[in-house]
Amino acid sequence: MHPKRKQKLIFILAGLALVGSAVGLVLYANTENMSWFRTPTEIATGDYVIGQSVRVGGLVKVGSVARADQGLETSFTLTDGANEVKVTYDKIMPDLFREGQGIVAEGKVVEGVLVASEVLAKHDENYMPAEAAEALERAGHPMGMGINQEYKEQY
Amino acid sequence: MIAELGFVALLLAMALSVLQSFFPMIGVVNKNLWLMQTGRPLTLGVFVMLTIGFLCLGYSHAVDDFTVAYVANHSNSELPMQYKISSIWGGHEGSMYLWIYILSGWALAVSIFSKSLPRENLATILAVMGMVTLGFLLFLILTSNPFERILPIPPEDGRDLNPLLQDIGLILHPPMLYMGYVGFSVAFVFAISALISGNLDSAWARWSRPWTNIAWVFMTLGIALGSWWAYYELGWGGWWFWDPVENASFMPWLMGTALIHSLAVTEKRGMFKSWTVLLAIFTFSFSLLGTFLVRSGVLTSVHAFAADPERGYFILALLALTIGGSLTLFAIKAPGLRSRASFTLFSRESFLLINNVLLSVSCFMVLLGTLYPLIFDALGLRKISVGPPFFDFFFTKLMAVLILALAIGPLLKWKKNEYKTLKKFAAIGAVASIALGFIAMYWYGNGEINFAVWLGLSLCFWLGFGILKAFKDNTRNAKSFMGGLKKLAPSFYGMQFAHFGMIITTVGVVMVSNYETEEDIRMAVGEAVQYDEYEFRFEGAYPVIGPNYSAMRGEMLVFRDDEKVVRLSPEKRNYNASGQIMTEADIDAGLMKDLYVSMGEELNSNGDWSVRIHIKPFVRWIWLGTIFMSIGAVLAILDRRYRKTIKVKN
Repeated sequence: MHPKRKQKLIFILAGLALVGSAVGLVLYANTENMSWFRTPTEIATGDYVIGQSVRVGGLVKVGSVARADQGLETSFTLTDGANEVKVTYDKIMPDLFREGQGIVAEGKVVEGVLVASEVLAKHDENYMPAEAAEALERAGHPMGMGINQEYKEQY
Repeated sequence: MIAELGFVALLLAMALSVLQSFFPMIGVVNKNLWLMQTGRPLTLGVFVMLTIGFLCLGYSHAVDDFTVAYVANHSNSELPMQYKISSIWGGHEGSMYLWIYILSGWALAVSIFSKSLPRENLATILAVMGMVTLGFLLFLILTSNPFERILPIPPEDGRDLNPLLQDIGLILHPPMLYMGYVGFSVAFVFAISALISGNLDSAWARWSRPWTNIAWVFMTLGIALGSWWAYYELGWGGWWFWDPVENASFMPWLMGTALIHSLAVTEKRGMFKSWTVLLAIFTFSFSLLGTFLVRSGVLTSVHAFAADPERGYFILALLALTIGGSLTLFAIKAPGLRSRASFTLFSRESFLLINNVLLSVSCFMVLLGTLYPLIFDALGLRKISVGPPFFDFFFTKLMAVLILALAIGPLLKWKKNEYKTLKKFAAIGAVASIALGFIAMYWYGNGEINFAVWLGLSLCFWLGFGILKAFKDNTRNAKSFMGGLKKLAPSFYGMQFAHFGMIITTVGVVMVSNYETEEDIRMAVGEAVQYDEYEFRFEGAYPVIGPNYSAMRGEMLVFRDDEKVVRLSPEKRNYNASGQIMTEADIDAGLMKDLYVSMGEELNSNGDWSVRIHIKPFVRWIWLGTIFMSIGAVLAILDRRYRKTIKVKN
């Protein structure tokens, strides 16, 4: 083969190998690191894969937040109006975590309880995380419809 | 009255930018000198109008004119003056205004400092600049007018600036970042005008390089500022979250970094021409994409402002027009761009190519991870989220390869380099790096083996040896080492400085990721806990009153070997106007480690608190490295050849 052409070929092959391994990495990394969105209703009806990370959006049920006497463990109930799921969390709650507030909890479901590794509340108290709003909307909860709409109009 | 004046100025700016988009261009086509020369005064006119508008907006903020909706939504009469001013870019409308204002500032700078450019080029460049400005001015005026009034019943007081944004970091972060985002428009416009004229010689690359470097410096510092701000202000102690909006700024940065290196090849060797043009187009496109992602609210993020589909569609249309238009132009003109020069596998060109491929792939992967949830959503699949582990996984690997090549690249000659000149260095350097990496890891980790740290530090030593070797090679012919150093060009120093910054940042990332301590715990008054060699003693929390907030301030004493190191006083603030709660961490900052304490919440009536305690080794190095990189990029453009072109042409 002509040396020039040979060199071009090596470049192209190297490029392909790089892109190929990049795509391979994406596929590999994704099976491990994606979190699937679920609503409380889906968790309650068992519609999730055991051992896979899920994100559950909903409202923190009023009166459900309970703190341990020792340590940081907090438990609360997340609702979409139709069904509920119990959540436990042993880290510091975000500043905007309050009863009645829309939040998203990420973690794994163990025996029907969501053991959260992260709890997300919006940095603005007028706003609800999109996933929480969608869970409410799907379950037909009235708060799922209006809240972000109203926010939009204010800004 | 002032707000209306501002709006009129905005309209006038738009009218002038219409003229700026067409007059010089028509002049080029019809070879009409007078029309070509309208570019510069029109650019100045747009800038002056936007300045008047900006001052009006600033005035409305300063005097608390709450009849203006934007002021009412983002400011408050209790706010200290510096935050009243910075609240101009605290929300969507104002920050878009700042974006456009900076764009017109760049256009003005080009029109002032590019007198040496041929008339036709300058006219085309200013016209394309005008088109970009016009597009965004339309967006601002039609969808996001910052001068809109709330009449007839204005609120009594403003809704306040989000307390997170009441901080020096946020006064500086957006303008810096925008300078970078928008600054890449210059490289883009240069590339487009070169495509239009069909004249892509090395002079074109030489004009582009200083502008690209300056934009890149702003971008680098802007991102670093954002990371630093998030670290101390969000109260989580993280310095990078792979948040969609961070990614939005990181993608143009990666592309811009590739562009800087590719421009070097185009300038020095007249090669990679079409690739460089493509990179310039992509870098600015990613800037626009970033703006779109942040503004449209399509992605859930801590940064996202209110979601508004109408605004999203408008920017999406602008984005499609820019990318579509420029790529079409590229497709028509690029086949004519052939470079005759060639190079071999082991040459500086091919190593710069490796740099470009790795940075582009990284950027592509960040894009994929950022858009994955959107793609899933659009396909009607389930909502998903892609977390930091995905990004960490591929990014660390690609960067490891990048650093591996980075040490070698600058040592190679252009066109062709013999393998044997580097054989000895590569062998000794590799062994020494691995050994030193091991020793450093072993010593710092107290005998614990950590492969990630070993690899990371070895790579840093490897790059360090590469830099030393470059200095040795380049002073070889001088009488003395010091004499040789004096003779080296600023661009050489610039390159080595920037690469040295890469070492510093990498050390920071490796050390803090592997050796940090992050604990959330419950503490009673008087309780003490031990982490590493530090004892943290909680003395309780008591109320304090600030200028526009009330707070609970915790007192944490830190001891080391029974000796007091520092007293940390983190706060939990409640802002009066908005009622928003905010966590104000207290940090004992140090070059070798940061002690970081922030307050969670009061857990019972005895005064127990949840507290976050972090020990972060070398975290400052992450930001320190970016300062070196920036200095390097500035040094590089002080090179004589950039000044020479101006003088010769004059």
